Amino acid sequence: MAETPTPILAVQGLKTYYHQDEGVVRAVDGASFELYPGRTLGIVGESGCGKSVSARSILQIVERPGRIEAGSIFLRRNGAGAMVDLAQLDPKGREMRAIRGAEIALVFQEPMTSLSAYYTVGNQIGEVVRLHMGLDKKAARTRAIELLAMVGIPRPERRVDEYPFQLSGGLRQRVMIAMALAAEPRILIADEPTTALDVTTQAQILDLLRSLQKKRGLAIILITHDMGVIAEMADDVVVMYLGRAVERGPVDEIFHAPKHPYTKALLRSIPSILARPRDKLATISGSIPHPYDRPAGCPFHPRCGDFMPGRCDRLAPEMRPAGERREVSCFLYEQAP
Amino acid sequence: MTVLEVVGLRKLFPIRKGLLRRIVGQVRAVDGVSFRIEKGETLSLVGESGCGKTTVSRCIVRALQPSAGAIRFRIGDGGAVDIAQVPKRALKPFRRHMQMIFQDPFSSLNPRMMIGDIIGEPLLVNGMTNKTERRARVEELLELVHLPSAYMNRFPHACSGGQRQRIGIARALALNPSLIVADEPVSALDVSVQAQIVNLMLELQDRLGLSYLFIAHDLSVVKHVSDRVAVMYVGKMVEVAATENLYARPRHPYTEALLSAVPKADPRLRSQRIILQGEVADAAHPPAGCYFHPRCRYAVERCRVETPELAEVAPGHWASCHRADELTLKGVEQGG
Repeated sequence: MAETPTPILAVQGLKTYYHQDEGVVRAVDGASFELYPGRTLGIVGESGCGKSVSARSILQIVERPGRIEAGSIFLRRNGAGAMVDLAQLDPKGREMRAIRGAEIALVFQEPMTSLSAYYTVGNQIGEVVRLHMGLDKKAARTRAIELLAMVGIPRPERRVDEYPFQLSGGLRQRVMIAMALAAEPRILIADEPTTALDVTTQAQILDLLRSLQKKRGLAIILITHDMGVIAEMADDVVVMYLGRAVERGPVDEIFHAPKHPYTKALLRSIPSILARPRDKLATISGSIPHPYDRPAGCPFHPRCGDFMPGRCDRLAPEMRPAGERREVSCFLYEQAP
Repeated sequence: MTVLEVVGLRKLFPIRKGLLRRIVGQVRAVDGVSFRIEKGETLSLVGESGCGKTTVSRCIVRALQPSAGAIRFRIGDGGAVDIAQVPKRALKPFRRHMQMIFQDPFSSLNPRMMIGDIIGEPLLVNGMTNKTERRARVEELLELVHLPSAYMNRFPHACSGGQRQRIGIARALALNPSLIVADEPVSALDVSVQAQIVNLMLELQDRLGLSYLFIAHDLSVVKHVSDRVAVMYVGKMVEVAATENLYARPRHPYTEALLSAVPKADPRLRSQRIILQGEVADAAHPPAGCYFHPRCRYAVERCRVETPELAEVAPGHWASCHRADELTLKGVEQGG
């Protein structure tokens, strides 16, 4: 890593709430992270931890009644190096629309539902390049074929005229990636990009993402629940639980020197292919609370082995530095001088 | 003692076309699969989507009528009966001895029934008409899966995914089955909850002497629960062995690639993975010879023309690969 690199994207104190009749769901309740060019930031957590809503907040595509309540999302714009706070932009405005796709692109989990069933693959990719790069129809088609070849789709000149249903899950996800990269964004947000795929296909897609990153210096935000995928792909990791980032740091330290009790428990509970057969797993007691039923204080305290009564159930710990490029939000680390 | 023995199981689905719905081809979803499960043992079926593992499980519980093959099932200490030959109407006495646990705990419980009724229904259907008796048994079952008996009066929507899966397990155990067929029982759950269910299944097996047929795609979970593992590819079994042997020293190139593709939860183990090229073969038009040869990096001429048979390559270790004896394939290291 270069000295004092500047982040391409910096999220600070992001809060995204859903105001519903039954109450307020704090989907993201204080998340901060930075993304660097050519590197992969992994955001990991279980269901309801706010990882997907964080990604949607960056692109300002949070669905109503969700709203960004607080925080800033600084993006270093192309070329000039000027910073804009995406949280301040109008979600429907010209500037935000110019950023989506052209500077930050998104790949979803389910390639079947995020591709249109009625248009050919070439049409859908072509739309992106015509919109963002102003190519004409013929040039767009040529570009679409190039992009399909780039993501390793065999016989792209034939595939370009096919419909999504004619493709396998792995090929569809490649099409999604081709489409996301069509306008040459510098940031790719991949939200569970391989969760719906088989392991051998997953390995192909992860490999593709890695080689594209190397070639183009892409900054990737990889969102997943799978610690294995994080270990394979990420440079830096943010661990989230119930809307809060609980720990962040370089991947090796997260796995080999985890600090937050949740990270530790999560790592212990993963079934490992390296384990002895019929080994019992370590468990985290209880289950993830319902979003309306959010515990007071630290959200993890009812399941935490290091729970300190009177403290963890009353006050919410803040994210604090814990070593170089490390942060953790836990009272266990707050006594330190 | 063998609880279940499957011999040459085959399930073909017809492909129909045209106005007259004439059969124009066949999908060989399961193509000659054989295995056995001993009492108290877990056999896992693994493979990627479309490999036929779920079809095998559906044939065994006779949700599907197998096209060919025998399914010999032993009840208690009695003799084995080939349930593939038993007419559907006469299956009821067998069904109570083999039960299923499903993947999705959200759609496999009736939202309009209380937990007590969900778990009690198999008892009612099988003749336990006394309400107090049934209630006592449901209480016992809830305790078995570590849920408070007060849950009896709740509806499924008030339970978390993990709790629902416990309810599904309690329902499966209601009639004291000897064989549990679990189709992806933990893949819809969060990791922290997944571990609880895996442990519960191991515990129940030790306590009740259950046999499991465990169907999963996650090779890490499979390693935690299985005594033996069978790998399937395009309707055929390509390798069967004791868990340790299969993971440490696979004998089929497909198993090697599968093991290598699993992301390991340790950034220091980022390694050169084997990236399989291409796609899983189409079961309606499988390639000639070994179905895996177009993606196999060890394929030779013989693999293109001759279909390999499942053969015992080491004691208790079966593989269907022409080159099983000459290849040294890489497994995963043990430890950690």
